[in-house]
Formats: sequence, structure tokens, C-alpha cells
Amino acid sequence: MGCGKSKERRAAARPQSEAHGRGGRGRDSSAKVHPPSPPLPEHPATGASGPSRSTSARVLDPRARLRACIDSHPVVLLSKSTCERCAEVKKLFKSMCVPYFLLELDQAEDARGLERAFSELTSETDVPVVFVKRRKIGGHGPTLKAYQEGRLQKLLKMNGSEGLPESYDYDLIIVGGGSGGLAAAKEAAKYDKKILVLDFVTPTPHGTRWGLGGTCVNVGCIPKKLMHQAALLGQAVQDSRNYGWKIEETVKHDWDKMTEAVQNYIGSLNWGYRVALRERKVTYENAYGQFVGPHRIKATNNKGKEKIYTAEKFLIATGERPRYLGIPGDREFCISSDDLFSLPYCPGKTLVVGASYVALECAGFLAGIGLDVTVMVRSILLRGFDQDMANKIGEHMEEHGVKFIKQFIPIKVEQIEAGTPGRLRVVAQSTSGGETIEGEYNTVLLAIGRDACTRKLGLETVGVKINDKTGKIPVTDEEQTNVPYIYAIGDILEGKLELTPVAIQAGRLLAQRLYAGSNIKCDYENVPTTVFTPLEYGACGLSEEKAVEKFGEENIEVYHSYFWPLEWTIPSRDNNKCYAKIICNIKDNERVVGFHVLGPNAGEVTQGFAAALKCGLTKMQLDSTIGIHPVCAEVFTTLSVTKRSGGSILQAGC
Amino acid sequence: MAVMAMAAALRGPGGRFRWRTQATAGGVRGSARGAAAAQLGKKVAVVDYVEPSPRGTRWGLGGTCVNVGCIPKKLIHQAALLGGMIRDAPHYGWDVAQPVLHDWRKMAEAVQNYVKSLNWGHRVQLQDRKVKYFNIKASFVNEHTICGVTKGGKETLLSAEHIVIATGGRPRYPTHIEGALEYGITSDDIFWLKESPGKTLVVGASYVALECAGFLTGLGLDTTVMMRSIPLRGFDQQMSSLVTAYMASQGTRFLKHCTPSRVQKLPDGQLQVTWEDLTSGKENMGTFSTVLWAIGRIPETRSLNLENAGINTNPNSQKILVDAQEATSVPHIYAIGDVAEGRPELTPTAIMAGKLLARRLYGQSLDVMDYSNVPTTVFTPLEYGCVGLSEEEAMARHGEEHVEVYHAYYKPLEFTVAERDASQCYIKMVCLRKPPQLVLGLHFLGPNAGEVTQGFALGIKCGASYEQVMRTVGIHPTCAEEVAKLRISKRSGLDPTVTGC
Repeated sequence: MGCGKSKERRAAARPQSEAHGRGGRGRDSSAKVHPPSPPLPEHPATGASGPSRSTSARVLDPRARLRACIDSHPVVLLSKSTCERCAEVKKLFKSMCVPYFLLELDQAEDARGLERAFSELTSETDVPVVFVKRRKIGGHGPTLKAYQEGRLQKLLKMNGSEGLPESYDYDLIIVGGGSGGLAAAKEAAKYDKKILVLDFVTPTPHGTRWGLGGTCVNVGCIPKKLMHQAALLGQAVQDSRNYGWKIEETVKHDWDKMTEAVQNYIGSLNWGYRVALRERKVTYENAYGQFVGPHRIKATNNKGKEKIYTAEKFLIATGERPRYLGIPGDREFCISSDDLFSLPYCPGKTLVVGASYVALECAGFLAGIGLDVTVMVRSILLRGFDQDMANKIGEHMEEHGVKFIKQFIPIKVEQIEAGTPGRLRVVAQSTSGGETIEGEYNTVLLAIGRDACTRKLGLETVGVKINDKTGKIPVTDEEQTNVPYIYAIGDILEGKLELTPVAIQAGRLLAQRLYAGSNIKCDYENVPTTVFTPLEYGACGLSEEKAVEKFGEENIEVYHSYFWPLEWTIPSRDNNKCYAKIICNIKDNERVVGFHVLGPNAGEVTQGFAAALKCGLTKMQLDSTIGIHPVCAEVFTTLSVTKRSGGSILQAGC
Repeated sequence: MAVMAMAAALRGPGGRFRWRTQATAGGVRGSARGAAAAQLGKKVAVVDYVEPSPRGTRWGLGGTCVNVGCIPKKLIHQAALLGGMIRDAPHYGWDVAQPVLHDWRKMAEAVQNYVKSLNWGHRVQLQDRKVKYFNIKASFVNEHTICGVTKGGKETLLSAEHIVIATGGRPRYPTHIEGALEYGITSDDIFWLKESPGKTLVVGASYVALECAGFLTGLGLDTTVMMRSIPLRGFDQQMSSLVTAYMASQGTRFLKHCTPSRVQKLPDGQLQVTWEDLTSGKENMGTFSTVLWAIGRIPETRSLNLENAGINTNPNSQKILVDAQEATSVPHIYAIGDVAEGRPELTPTAIMAGKLLARRLYGQSLDVMDYSNVPTTVFTPLEYGCVGLSEEEAMARHGEEHVEVYHAYYKPLEFTVAERDASQCYIKMVCLRKPPQLVLGLHFLGPNAGEVTQGFALGIKCGASYEQVMRTVGIHPTCAEEVAKLRISKRSGLDPTVTGC
């Protein structure tokens, strides 16, 4: 075919023939980057059904959409699928082995709006119109003429500093080396793509920093679950006496030993990620990425050294960082979950501010290893989660020694004494009036929410739209931002779930769609999750509140029961604390729309039910499934009391 | 609770039960929804009697599961798991001086007290439901009458319109082996021992054998398993060998391809066991404090005088032949649970079969029991949960070409810091090869296998495909999420070890 191999690879990022565009009726699939030649044999995905790729029509007006197209691709062909002269121009670019971005005006969503925008922007009345490096070449005639005179070729080769790069350094640059970014990198690498991952951890106000892997591995799920496990083991040691193990009366906990073990494990994961990237020939740079122009990003390392890279596509996966209160003393004296897991000293008496799952999980394990813990809550626990469950979690924590100060917010934090830990004075104000209270703590942990890391990425330079209030990025159902060559996944997405496995799934599927001809989108429905509070809470589907809102109170049936894990009977603890609840849609054959469980190993219990929910589980199927005896999960096969009935759900015997 | 009471009473493999009902004059008095016959306005009697084990162990109402099965087994398994957690604790910062010793007496007392509280609970529940309970040993006089004999020898005649046989099974003794009956114990005794069994030989490779050997090892006892052929017959054999490999790594000794030939009591009270090594043909000897037989169970049908009522049994298995409605060859006599031919010997299946039968008998529903895809869990030190077909069965049924097996070796997060070996933590999903790749079976080896398996069992019931399971987002970080991440097929030959997050 006469095309240079390296060029081919870069250009043929999306191996699609035009036929796919036409075939994809009903999908907004008219815009796509075209390979310079028919499907390349080296591509595994050749011939697979073409993915649809939205041009983010819903988030932009047609004019801005068109502008974004022209700005973000070196060669743009505005065309109509039925136009003969357009076909000739396509043929021309193919013969030149020049990749081009094709927008079929008649196939795109809001075709009429686009056509209007077309005449406004191009001052032309008919297609085709060709743009090269944002410069209008013109219609069919002018383009052929420019080719014959060699001007087109010259323009394409020109590599001025202001122009768009002709050939990119990378196929894909991923900003953010967390769960989502790394998943996308590893997947994309399978298809022989040239990939760069930029990851840089801005130190916390406390000075904490960490390695590759993002929040989950370093300051999230992993250390959290391990410290939760430490707390559970504390309980297990207590229980073990009742089971005949001869343990001394008091067992002390050593914070430093636990933290060191946890950090060693995290260190091994950081290392593992680096090795994994290297093995897959993904370039990794420990540098901060900022967009400086279309397809161009600046990477700044910790010594301030800057480099510019270009790529055909970008993926933003920068995640979030904990929010601070904005009160005197918060940054100076408080820590966040970013600091807690590697704190070089035991936090001592701790005030946890917030009622997010991060707040309750941290409060839970700190209390579990024997610390004096207070949680200060502004309004409700676990906003967004089922409130019935949230309150049960709170009650259980309270019974196990965690103190709650409700309807108060801190207004000032002062240091009484420096040290490891020091002593802090916290002044808090009632949310209802002017009443203030004071308390003394060794550590104040802020867990009031997280903010998306999107404001210092130079997104405005390339025109990626963010929600001004939240900083979150709106994307299409294919994780595409309003700038077609820039994608985003993970916690920074607007209206999506902030969960590691979701980011991983989204990253993997995105890479498969971009480079393997897949058309499977990430399914954000019925995503299960678990809160690792001392009594774990697993959920999938709708909360009771959401279900009532969606279907109406009279159309849902809630089945529930307390249960007593067999293992807890011997130590005789916490009867009628574990709780199971399902929410069914009466009008849809009692289909289960919400699943909630409070008890040990809630995550392990919930996962399989989540798979069943995906398969359209009904109450009848639940009832006809045989339980596994004796486990906690079997309670879901024998739920018979409805909430409406008011029947007793207290557990008496077996 | 009525359901539970009734169902529990229906099991009771330890003794003789007859659940007898007589239609009251008014016929079915409409109780809206309720499972138990008694709740449906029926006159019901439960007849239960526990024949003491050869060692003299006896117990109360509730059957095998409550007294000498699932409940005490899981509790002592938990005791053993706690032993592991005590060893983990220092890694997580807890200052626990090692080694920690175990007091069998204390544990046994706690477990036995709990079981007794359940016995009592069952009696109260029967009373509440106005079910008449007779602690008598019963046999058939004719097809509507049984005769019960009390411990003291007093006879009672009871007649009923419908009779349900739910007598379960009892452990088998190898009566041909010298000293077996005299000196050996079974699972009927182990949970009721007041003193530690000490160095123990467990004979058999059933799940009962492996579970008992597992917890004995976990409690710090010197434990040996002697097996004639394969472990966990009927279960997936790859999983079974991983189960025993893990046990071996935890210190359980295995004498494979060996059969005992003689048990003798030494002057010091120790038991000297002689066995034959089937591979070498040589005879070996060893001494143990306790010999536990776990070579299978026999249904409790022989002393029921079934022939007086004309009830047919399988002459080989001695189990009662039943149809899909659980009816025996005599239409108004039913058999459920372990005593019925071809039924899985599992508590929850017996419970559900009993519940559904009661509803059918008294016009509440027509639903019959679905015995396919019954999930189960073996509580060996590394738990094994499964539902659906084993790999072997799937191959046999569909042909190797039409089966795709996805698998993974994974490491539970909690094992990392504790520096535990996860070599046997393994998951396998057996699917049809043809898209959408219907899931035929799921096999999970790891902590909390029962909790993990339950939900997936439901998924399989709902006709889950491999694709649907893969579309399910994982819960991080759990072991169960590895099921939703199974991407390596056996056929591909790729390394199935999970690395990283």
C-alpha cells in the first residue's frame, strides 16, 4: 500500500472502513478518524463491528462542536455520506496515506444544526470542505488544485511551532497513574500502541506523598481494608477466648508495626505497577501533566524540568483529593485520609470530621484498634446511601464506643502542643444556631469530601468543559469529553460512581473500543459497593429512598430481616445488628431493584448477588434458591417479612 | 419461625421422625401464607428419637445439622480459623505472645451449650405452633399407623392421613475391621467430646472427614487422614486436590491409598492402628489417641419396618425411592432429606423440600422442589464453595470442545500482610463455549467461600452467562471480585495468576 509502517500505525488508531459509518444507523457514528488505507491486516480488530463514537453532541452546540473538530484534528473533512465529490476527496487522502477526521454532516446527531453551523463557520454552501491544521483549504475543486500544485503536501509536512503536530509522539497519553489510568494503559498496550503515563502526586499539606497506583492502592481501598482487617483481628482475638484459645486479658496494638507492614505491602504494589508498565512497554513518567495546546501536553517533574509531548489521544484519569474545610488551622494541623495510612505515629485521641464512607471507615478501624474516636457530623451519615442502613451503621459504631457529635462543624483548629501526636483544640459551631463547643484531640482527620483534580490540568487551553462548581468532567457514555480526542475516566467524571473497579472497567473497555474495535460500553448500572465500617455494609442497586422516588411507595415491596452470624453466637455478641434488606418492584414481577446487607464479609456476600441483579433477579428466584448452610448470605433465600407488614424480624434461635 | 421449626423437625437424621397430620373437621382453615402444616390449621405430630451412638453419645431435637453436623462443625471450624487469626494478629500490630494454646474443654462446652439452646428453641417453637412432639422410636404398623416406643419401653400408637419420613442418616462403621466399633468414634461423637481427642486418625475422604481433620489440625492437634482413593468424591477433582494440598501445607498428614485393617487398644489407652498401603502392599502401624471413622453415612430406614406400609427402597443404598413430589411408593407417605434416594444430603435442601411439601399437601401451592444447581460449601481450612457442574461433569455432558473453563489463582488481600501462602486460592468458572457462554458451574476456593458462592448460585439460577458475570463490576477489595475478573481460559494456556489490583 506504500504507506510508511510507523505512520500507518499511528494513523490507524481506529481501524474502520467507511461502511461502518453508514451501517451504524441510529448511532452518532458519522465522525471518525479514518485510516489512510483499507483495514490494515496487522490489526486484530479489523472487520469487527465498528464502535460508535459520539461527538458529544449533547453537551455542545453545533457550532462549538464543529469548531472543536476542526481544532483538534490535523486534517478534517466535512462531508455528506451521499456526496460523490466528497468520496473523491476521501479517495485522494487515502491515496496520499493521510489520516483524516471525517464528519458526515448528514449522519451526525442534530444534522440540521450542524449544517447551519457549517455554512456559518466555513462560508461555503456545499460539502466537501477540507481543513488542514485549522486552515481552510476549501471545497472539492480547491483541494484537488492544492494537491496538484503541491501546496497540500507542503502544508501537511509543515511543522511550525504553532501548527498541529504532524506525527504524534504517542498514540495515547494518560494523565494519572491510578486504577483507571493504569488499566487503560495496560489494555491499550496489548494492541501495540505507544503509550505514555504521566503520574505525579502533589504532596499533602502535611507533606505525605506516595508512589504509582493512585488513591486505591496508596491512600484508599488497600490500606483501608488492611487496617479494617487489623481492627477485625482485634475483635477475633477477643472472640477467640470464648472459643477456647488462651489469650492474655489485654492485648495491645502497635500502630507503627501495623503501618509499616501496610506500607511495605503498598511499596511492593507500587513497584509491581512500574514493572508491569515496563513489561508492556508503556512509558511512565513521574511528572505533572498540563495541556498546552491541541494534542500537546507539558510534563513537569519534581525538579521542575519540563518536557512537551504530543499524542493523538488523551485520557484524563487524575482522580480526586481530600477537601479541606477552609477554616483557620485546617491545613496546618489537620490530616486527611491521604496522611492517615502512613502516619509515622499513632494518632491517639482522634476527631474525625465528616460522615462520608471514608470518615466512618477510618473512625471504625481507629476505634477497633483501641483509640478514642469521635465523629463530628454536619447533617446525615453516608449521604447517597440507603439511610435506614446508614443509621444502623451509626448505631452499631456508637455501641462499640465511637462518639458522635451531630449537627456541628469545626470553625477553628489550634495547636496546643506540637508533637507526634501533638495536642489540638477544636472549636465547633452548631449548625442550628450559634452554640460553640470545644474539644481537645491528638489528631483531627478531615473526611468531608473529595475534589476532582481537574483545575490545574490546562483543560481550558484545549477547551475541555468541566462543571465549574464541582470540577467534574461531563462525558458521553463512551467516556469522551467535549473535545473528541480527549477522554476521561474515574472519579473525575460527572454523575458517575467514584469506585476503583468502575474506573478499571471503564479504562479497560475504553482501550478496547479505541484500539480493538470493541463496542462494549462501561455499564454504570447496578454497580455493587461495600463500605468497610466495623459492621460492613454491602449494597447493589437502589436505596429504599431512591426506589420510592422512582416507583412510588405503593409499588415497591421491601423484605427484610435481622440475622445473627453463627460465629457470633459463641462470644454472644451483637445479636439483631446484622440486617438484610431487598427492595422489589411489585409491578415488574417483584424484580429486585435494591440489595442491602449489613454484616461480616458484606463485600463477599454482595458480589454474587450483584451478578444476579444483572441477570434480572426476582424475589421468586431468591425464594427458590437453596441456601448454603450455615452462612450469612443464606438469609436472602428466606426473607419473608415485608416492611409494610410491620412483622417482627428479630432473631430468636436458629 | 414456624417454617424453621417445622423444617428443622423434618430433618433429624439422628432419630426417627414422623410428621403426621390429620385433616381437621373443617378442612383447610384459610391461613393466608404460611408454610408449616400446623400453621395451616393441621394437626401435626413430630416423632423424634436419637439412638445413642456406639460410644453412647445422644442429643436433643433438631437432627444432624444442629447436633452433630453443620452447626457444631462450623463453630469448631471457626475456632480453628480464629487460631489462624491469632497468628495473623501480630503482623497487623497486635501484641499477642505466640504460641497461643487451645482449651478443647472450654470450646466444647461453649459449642454444646449453644446446641442445647437450639434444641430447646426447637421444642418451644413446636409447642408455639401446637405441633405435638413425641420423643419415641417409631416404626410402621401399617400404611396409616406407626408404633412408637419410649426409652422406658412404653408403646404408643399414632395414626395419620399423611406421613413424612425424614429420618436422615447416621455414620457408617467399618464393621469388618477389628476394633473399629469398639474403639473408634464418628462425627456423631466428636462434637460432644468433653476432652480433647488428642492425636487423631481420621479415616475417610468425604467432606466430613476433611472438615474434621481440618479443624483438628487448626486447633493444634496432630491429625492424620487415611484415604483409600480420591478426596471428595463427586466434587470437582482439581478443586479437591487443592483442598487437600492446602490442608497438607497447614500440617495435616495424609496417608493416601491406605486402608486400615485393625485397631487395638494398648495398655496405656492409646490405639494402635494397622493399615495396608495399597500401593506397596506393605503393612504399617501407628498409634493414635482417637480414631474417627468418616467413611460415609447410611440412611436410617432399617428399623422403620417400611415393609409393613409397603414403602419401596433401593436395595443397595437402602434409601427410600421418591418421585418429584417427594411421595414414596405409597402415595400418602413422603420422604425428604438424606433418607430419600437421589437427593443431595444437605440441610437447606431438606428444609426447602419440607416447606414446599407442606404447602402442596395443604393446597397452598403446587411448587415442587428444584434440585438442580444446589450450592454447597465444604468448610475445610481453606473453604470450598461450589454450585453447578464440576469440570469433569461438564466435559462429560457437553464434550470438551463445547466447554470453556475460566480460572484464576488469586491472593486474598488479608493474606499479604499476614504473609500467608495463597498457593491454593483458586477460582474456576465452567461455561459453555458458545456465546453468550452460559455458566454451568462455579468453584471457589478461599476464605468465606460460602458467603461468596451464595449470590453467584442465584446468578446461575437466573441463567447467568459468562458475559453477564464479566459485566458485573467488582467490589474492591474482596475475594469475590476475582470471580467477576476471570479472563484467562484454561484453553489459552496462559498463566492464570492474578497480579496487581
